[in-house]
Amino acid sequence: MTIFALIGTAWSSIGGNRLRTGLTLLGIIIGVAAVIALMSIGRGAQEEITSRIESLGSNLLYVRPLDGELTLDDALALVDPVFTPSIVRVAPEVSTGGSVTYRSTETFAQVAGVTPEFADVRNFEVASGEFISAAHVENRRNVAVLGSQTSEDLFDGRDPVGVDIAIAGIRFTVIGVLESKGGTAFGNEDSRVLVPLTTAFYRLGGQRTAAGAITVSLINVQADGERIEEAQQEAETVLRLRHEITDTDDFIVDTQQSVIDALSETTGTLTVFLGAVAGISLVVGGIGIMNIMLVSVTERTREIGIRKALGAKRRDILAQFVTEAVLLSLGGGLLGVGAGVVASRVLDGFSLAGSELTTVFSGDIAGLALVVSAGIGLFFGIYPAARAARLHPIEALRHE
Amino acid sequence: MASVIEVTDLRKTYRLGALNVPVLNGVSMSVERGEMVCIMGPSGSGKSTLMNIIGCLDAPTSGSYRLEGEEVSRWGDARLAAARNSKIGFVFQTYNLLARLSALANVELALQYGDRRNARARSLQALESVGLGHRYKHRPLELSGGEQQRVAIARALVKNPAIMLADEPTGALDSRSSAEIMAILQRLNRDEGLTVALVTHEADIARHTRRIVSLRDGLVVSDEPVAEPLQAQAAEGVSA
Repeated sequence: MTIFALIGTAWSSIGGNRLRTGLTLLGIIIGVAAVIALMSIGRGAQEEITSRIESLGSNLLYVRPLDGELTLDDALALVDPVFTPSIVRVAPEVSTGGSVTYRSTETFAQVAGVTPEFADVRNFEVASGEFISAAHVENRRNVAVLGSQTSEDLFDGRDPVGVDIAIAGIRFTVIGVLESKGGTAFGNEDSRVLVPLTTAFYRLGGQRTAAGAITVSLINVQADGERIEEAQQEAETVLRLRHEITDTDDFIVDTQQSVIDALSETTGTLTVFLGAVAGISLVVGGIGIMNIMLVSVTERTREIGIRKALGAKRRDILAQFVTEAVLLSLGGGLLGVGAGVVASRVLDGFSLAGSELTTVFSGDIAGLALVVSAGIGLFFGIYPAARAARLHPIEALRHE
Repeated sequence: MASVIEVTDLRKTYRLGALNVPVLNGVSMSVERGEMVCIMGPSGSGKSTLMNIIGCLDAPTSGSYRLEGEEVSRWGDARLAAARNSKIGFVFQTYNLLARLSALANVELALQYGDRRNARARSLQALESVGLGHRYKHRPLELSGGEQQRVAIARALVKNPAIMLADEPTGALDSRSSAEIMAILQRLNRDEGLTVALVTHEADIARHTRRIVSLRDGLVVSDEPVAEPLQAQAAEGVSA
């Protein structure tokens, strides 16, 4: 038999019982749609995180201490036209946490002491007011720039510029509010409070090294254009010299890309996991196909007998029923892709537990779901088909 | 030239649990090209079993079966299927048509597993030769019993088989339809030289053939030519 004759035969027998076919298809449709919807949610999360990190600036590097300390002088040494020509500017941070209060309202925020360069390096704009200036840093002024979320928490939409707040019990004057950025690798950028680096150090409990130098918790480094790798190497070389390192580094230089890669790996695992969970329903759908194929073989025992009497070989009968099963599952798969695309469209922007879902549909997910559903039809169709093929023609013809 | 069918000392024993049930106890007979032969016998005589073995639907326990000179009795499933497809035209008592297919598609089914060249045209031609050329679109349930059996004959005919085997072909039909069927079989045998072997337990059907082989308890008890075969009256629309 040709493939067309097989498909034609399968089509006419599938069409013979519409309700049953429809219900069997539904199992596969739901399975495939679930795989596609969940995987596009996973993909959406992945792209969302990547784009948020990239919004910070793609030519960013982060230097963090690793079993050691970084000092303000380390940060300043990274800007040097001779030793670090690929580094444009740096923005060291001194992080402290703490409660931030306005009158009786209290919120917890990541409080970071920064320099004016921070706004340029990390791509921050103020939504209102001004950013921390060199004069603020020099004079250790008690001024603060609020992240949009912190501002919202404390002031509920009112403009906080010029208002006094308390950070760890010390009075600060709000001079600006940052534009919203969303969450990133380093927590939610919007629930931050920025103060002058010197103020953070002297007033909010900064740490000194044994030699008395000012320590910083993070150095943001902006590379010159695309020269990210060069910038990374230069930073490493300078810091190794300054720290007199012979074997293992006591700091780490991460590029934006390495952060994205690490997070993509995590969210990729999440996506696969979501797909696998949805895949269980696809397997259940496959069992439905097997069930209906077994019923079909029993019902059509006489037909099998007739076909055998007319000269059908075992493999003809096998091919016929396997084709039917695969056609069922592939048909369900195609409809499921349609349903999955609709579902991921509907879920896009859907608010779940306070955060918005983003879904990203792509052809490879659909292709994968189709191949898997066809494979499931093949797998669950083989046994019923083999049972049909093994029937003895005379017994099959006698079957009522 | 070899006989179309030649069976020698054919035996078939069915096993029912611990019990051995002998059905054929050494049948020997042959059918020559162009013959129209009837196998008769009461129920349990083994005539259907013999028919199934001749039709390559079943294998004998022992003995020899030559189909057009080829020893068939030890063939496996695939070769038997191929023989059923190309050499045997089967007609059953209960027609065995697929209800969801049209008459034409039922006839074409016989060509699906073998030589598919001009399948549609050949199938239409076969339907025309049994007088159903105008009803090819109808499904079995829209046809009378006699018409359904004529579709089944067309299905057996379309492969141009070496022999047509008919197992009680008129068993489910009234006498008028039975006469139609016998007329068609007689005409195919006479005009086209088709070799026909049919099984029946009705004596007047048997007398339409030219030779009667009688079976009893799995043995041939008589094998005689029919002195004056009856000529079935052709029905309207069927050219006799």
